[in-house]
Amino acid sequence: MSQPTDKRRRTFLAGAAGATVATVAPGMVLQSIATAKPRDTAVTDKARYGMLIDTTKCADGCNDCVTACEKENGLDLLSKPEGASDEQWDMQRPRWIRTVGLRNNLTGRVTRLPMMCQHCEKPPCVDVCPTGASFQRADGLALVDRHTCIGCRYCMMACPYNARSFIHESIEIKSTAVPRGKGCVESCTLCVHRLDQGGTTTACQDACPHNAIVFGDLNDPNSEVSKAMAKQPTVQIRDDLNLNTGVRYTDV
Amino acid sequence: MKKIHYREWGIEGPRYWGLLAVLAAIIAVAGFATLHMEHEGHWVTGMNNQIVWGTPHVFAIFLIIAASGALNVASIASVFGQQMYKPLARLSALMAITLLVGGLLVLVLDLGQPSRLIVAMTTYNFKSIFAWNIYLYVGFIAIVVVYLFTMMERKANKYTHGVGIFAFVWRLALTTGTGSIFGFLVARQGYDAAIMAPMFIIMSFAYGMALYLLVLMFTFNTDERPLGDHVLRKLKNLLGVFVAAIFYFTLVYHLTNLYGTENHAYEAFILREGGVYTWTFWLGWVLLGMIVPMGILFHPGLGMQRGAITIAALLVVFGGLAALYVIVIGGQAFPLNMFPSHTIIESAYYDGVDGMARAYSPSLPEVLLGIGGVALALMVTFIGVRILKFLPVSLADEVADPHHAS
Amino acid sequence: MRVKLSLLLTICLGLPLGPGSVHASEEGVEGTAKADKLDACVAPTPFMRRNHFELILHQRDVTVHQGIRKTDNSLSGCVDCHVRKDAAGNHVAIDAPGEFCAACHEYTGATLDCFTCHATTPAGN
Repeated sequence: MSQPTDKRRRTFLAGAAGATVATVAPGMVLQSIATAKPRDTAVTDKARYGMLIDTTKCADGCNDCVTACEKENGLDLLSKPEGASDEQWDMQRPRWIRTVGLRNNLTGRVTRLPMMCQHCEKPPCVDVCPTGASFQRADGLALVDRHTCIGCRYCMMACPYNARSFIHESIEIKSTAVPRGKGCVESCTLCVHRLDQGGTTTACQDACPHNAIVFGDLNDPNSEVSKAMAKQPTVQIRDDLNLNTGVRYTDV
Repeated sequence: MKKIHYREWGIEGPRYWGLLAVLAAIIAVAGFATLHMEHEGHWVTGMNNQIVWGTPHVFAIFLIIAASGALNVASIASVFGQQMYKPLARLSALMAITLLVGGLLVLVLDLGQPSRLIVAMTTYNFKSIFAWNIYLYVGFIAIVVVYLFTMMERKANKYTHGVGIFAFVWRLALTTGTGSIFGFLVARQGYDAAIMAPMFIIMSFAYGMALYLLVLMFTFNTDERPLGDHVLRKLKNLLGVFVAAIFYFTLVYHLTNLYGTENHAYEAFILREGGVYTWTFWLGWVLLGMIVPMGILFHPGLGMQRGAITIAALLVVFGGLAALYVIVIGGQAFPLNMFPSHTIIESAYYDGVDGMARAYSPSLPEVLLGIGGVALALMVTFIGVRILKFLPVSLADEVADPHHAS
Repeated sequence: MRVKLSLLLTICLGLPLGPGSVHASEEGVEGTAKADKLDACVAPTPFMRRNHFELILHQRDVTVHQGIRKTDNSLSGCVDCHVRKDAAGNHVAIDAPGEFCAACHEYTGATLDCFTCHATTPAGN
């Protein structure tokens, strides 16, 4: 009897969610459904953010997620330092997301997918950071507090995904939303600045013309990402390390 | 046994100041190189987002493990009670401090934000072996200073044994910690091995002893102090045994890796196909760093010639730098194994397309910074022996070893 | 030094120095910051003068670690309100010589480290 009511209520609230937290009755806040968080409250561990990437949809030659990420996070504001070679700059410039193509050694089947910080539940970068600048937020994001990062790069040594970048040069043009500075390490934040302002999508997801990327709350069984994950087999890259990544893939 | 007398290093003024001036000039050049790196950012180095630790780390880690190894001679004297080593102990403890300071300085000056060192000293993440190492290094310096005091102050001599044991245990922890920096990295094929920690300990024995021998022979020679064959034979034999032990660990490390199929690609990279890393491994680490010095040190004739011993010790130092180059940089150059049984066919971020290694070529500022650390360690050592009584007046056989039949 | 001092007085005390202050186009024009039209900052001016950094520092930590992005004490909020425009109507970097942050920091010799990473104008440099 209560089941259908709940369901109806959820559907109703899901429509209202997205903009802000829905208050049903005084003191009763339904945060599990509303993924958006008001900007003046602290994040909690009720939500854990993650992504599902459907590699079957990731099309050859498409680079839209990378371009969108670089624009969103101000990576396109950086330029090659005067005197550096193109080759050197390519190895030293920061990249938060990149596309990778792989071929199965036995079958020859080719897969294409975007790689970025996998937002592990037990991130090796956080384990090794001497100052605690690499940290994990309550909602599962693996981030760098660049105010306490000393630039030792041990996290980059520890990351199994080649996901982190070190800022090798002075920053001339600064971004308000995503500040960065010389001598610190950074990586994909799952567009945390959007999330904190009530956003529910990431730049790469919005940009993907093939809908290969689904972002959302992994703890909420009704979120789009949870539903998508329930429907099909998914894998985490390097599952032998048992890091319980927040970013999952299909068909790898 | 005769009473041992110590005296300050007495080489003539012009020679001493000339030596210091040369070292100071090297340090100054290294200082400018560092300022350049800090001002411009790390783009002026060969390091990049794949090879994140470069030449400075090779020098820094070499100096740090050599520091704990340099303490060996003192440990043999005060922990294991070998009388012959007692006069050698003070220099050994001094070098343990100076080498560590040199190494740490290189490490710190390579940070992206060296000015935030205070952050590293005040906020800790205790799960990080790096954070533990900060304590281990600073603690090591403090303990060895106390150890030196107990050796040099007659009234405190009775504590030497106890403090010596403590210092010995601490130095083992220190090198274990340094080795674990690599051993704990599950992400990388070449590092994730428990054998890293004991291998670093044995490396520290050899590299520390080699540097110690070189400084001992240099300071005694220039000051015309007698250094007996017997003492030298003992020390060079120890060095030979330590190098043989590295040989054993190197063999075991690679053999165990070769047993597991998952490590075959990494082993092929280091041993066969890795270009500069393969060459550095076989020529630097194995041939010049282990086989040739062992051949010299254990050779009945050559092994007793001072020139040959000097060359052997220099080769061990060179081999040590080569070994760390292979471990630190070769280990990073091998691409991450993200997709087992797949071949990467395209990547915009150097994920090892077709197993291709990541590129790195050391830049001048990095090399200068590393050399600057060595120069600083030497300079502080020479100043130390000049102003305080670190060196025994004589290490002639009849002084150093009462049982020696002259 | 006298210029600096007068700027300091202008900015910190809100004392208008009359129409005499004509600047080159790169410099901010008096009265063009949002803050110029307000009586006080998020707290009384004497408090802000002494304690602005504690507020920013606290906000920094809760923003980075807890995702709280209220603009009251945030650095981008400071920049947004205190930045001035030049004669052409473009924002002038808040850490440029003589501008809001730089004026006092230069005068007191306190280091100003925020803007090696953070944007100096509301639009992001």
